[in-house]
Amino acid sequence: MNFETTIGLEVHVELKTKTKMFSPSPVTYGAEPNTSTNVIDFGFPGVLPTVNREAYRLGLMVALALHADVTKYTHFDRKNYFYPDNPKAYQITQAEEPLATNGWIEIEVNDVKKKIGIEEMHVEEDAGKNTHGDDGYSYVDLNRQGTPLIEIVSKPDIASPDEAYAYLEQLRKIIQFTGASDVKMEEGSMRVDTNISISPIGSDKLGQKAELKNLNSFNHVRLGLAYEEKRQAQVVMAGGVVRPETRRFDEASGETILMRVKEGKDDYRYFPEPDLPAFEIEDEWVDQIKSEIPEMPDKRRTRYINELGIPEYDAGVLTQTKEMSDFFEATIADGADAKQASNWLMGEVSGYLNANKLDLLETKLTPINLSTMIKLIQDGTISSKIAKKVFQETIKNGSEPKAWVEQKGLIQESNPEVLTPIITGILDANEQSIIDFKNGKDRAVGYLVGQIMKQTHGQANPKVVNQILMAELNKR
Amino acid sequence: MISKNDVEHVANLARLSLSQDEVDKFTTQLDQIISMEDELSQVETEGVKPTTHITDEINVFREDVPVDDGITRDDLLSNVPETKDGLIKVPSIIDKGETDA
Repeated sequence: MNFETTIGLEVHVELKTKTKMFSPSPVTYGAEPNTSTNVIDFGFPGVLPTVNREAYRLGLMVALALHADVTKYTHFDRKNYFYPDNPKAYQITQAEEPLATNGWIEIEVNDVKKKIGIEEMHVEEDAGKNTHGDDGYSYVDLNRQGTPLIEIVSKPDIASPDEAYAYLEQLRKIIQFTGASDVKMEEGSMRVDTNISISPIGSDKLGQKAELKNLNSFNHVRLGLAYEEKRQAQVVMAGGVVRPETRRFDEASGETILMRVKEGKDDYRYFPEPDLPAFEIEDEWVDQIKSEIPEMPDKRRTRYINELGIPEYDAGVLTQTKEMSDFFEATIADGADAKQASNWLMGEVSGYLNANKLDLLETKLTPINLSTMIKLIQDGTISSKIAKKVFQETIKNGSEPKAWVEQKGLIQESNPEVLTPIITGILDANEQSIIDFKNGKDRAVGYLVGQIMKQTHGQANPKVVNQILMAELNKR
Repeated sequence: MISKNDVEHVANLARLSLSQDEVDKFTTQLDQIISMEDELSQVETEGVKPTTHITDEINVFREDVPVDDGITRDDLLSNVPETKDGLIKVPSIIDKGETDA
């Protein structure tokens, strides 16, 4: 029996605000436990929540970037459940009238483009953080409690683990370009839950789905789903049934492990949040936000290819993150040649970042310094060999390339009046090489160039050296 | 019809422990309430928007500016039965996994 796979993804993304979704306590990362909280986060009796305008604005920006329809009349709801990371015993979310519905993302897997629908997205508050002690107790830090989140729920349009991976990459990229979130899985500002089912090919009924959690990277999502696809097929082939259960991905074994079997639907007893008034999202506000959305990665990519002549692959890499893309644009805005800027960013810069496990913005390299260096190469002030030294200095210590090159005496020598006497001197000292050259041995030229470079400490302009050397050789 | 099972289920969700007498009493009461709501649902509401809120206030937002209310962590934790290094100590919850956010 052959199966087809149906995957749905629920993605939580932290919105980048200064304060929490429903309280004015600051949003922090890595602060002392329970210091970024207040009476509202703790759910003390009599406190009232208020909606953070910026959080809603960022939510709308994400929704618009995902081509979704903004819900005009909306309100918040209470989702009731008991858990220590949730001191109010309810979460304020949007259940009935989510922020927006009906979005989509275009993905590309194996050169095939496909639109993945987004059912809905809504803003809500995050829960606190539990850590589990080895003393039989758990410990709760409520700093994260109340952090604004947008939850993005895909339609079950995803047909393979690879498509799930592509969807997440694209979603991350789009949100990152809006600036609404850092979208970093490793810092928890992006979290992914999945559900997956299989059904015999051609069957119009979806199979029983299982949930998969504890996925710490896009790659784990792909591996976990691939394992789950196989596991469910084996269960069905063996005459069994897939149970409605929650499983987690085990990094060490690459397997999914049963967490709990779901007994019926979770009973959250939603009702409209009485502490917050309703909302009528004004068209003017939506239009304004629409006009503020930065240019999206796909548009930038197309522009790089068509207007700047950047190869397709390179344009894709340059628009992988907003930092890289912004850096590239700032470099060429300062007058650097676009292809050179692209080559440096794709080559030396990326190599440096990988080797040192750094993000671009964590280095001392600036677009101005990169463009200055590229201009120094292009006008012949430094050789491309020297440029590599300059680059290391600039990215490590932030030195201004022009000043550093002058200070270190690394300026390339291109003046024929300086180079000619050196070259004739070396020819005088190497009679044998001249004879070899006349006898058609090209290697002799290489040897002579080497000698010239040695004497000039590598600073002679190779192009000029070649011209003078050939002219002088032909004279003899 | 509300059954005893329904009452016990809802009580459990709300972490309420009810005696058998209370279950009987609330089963009767809740059944009456639900019956009354059944009666209400017979009213013609075609074209009427659901009322989620009873005030006319709309679009009340707070600006994204942190406020220090002067209440310290010690104040906040003063009602917590047990703490450790500024964390709230609770019975182990490891086997249930993370909650849905």
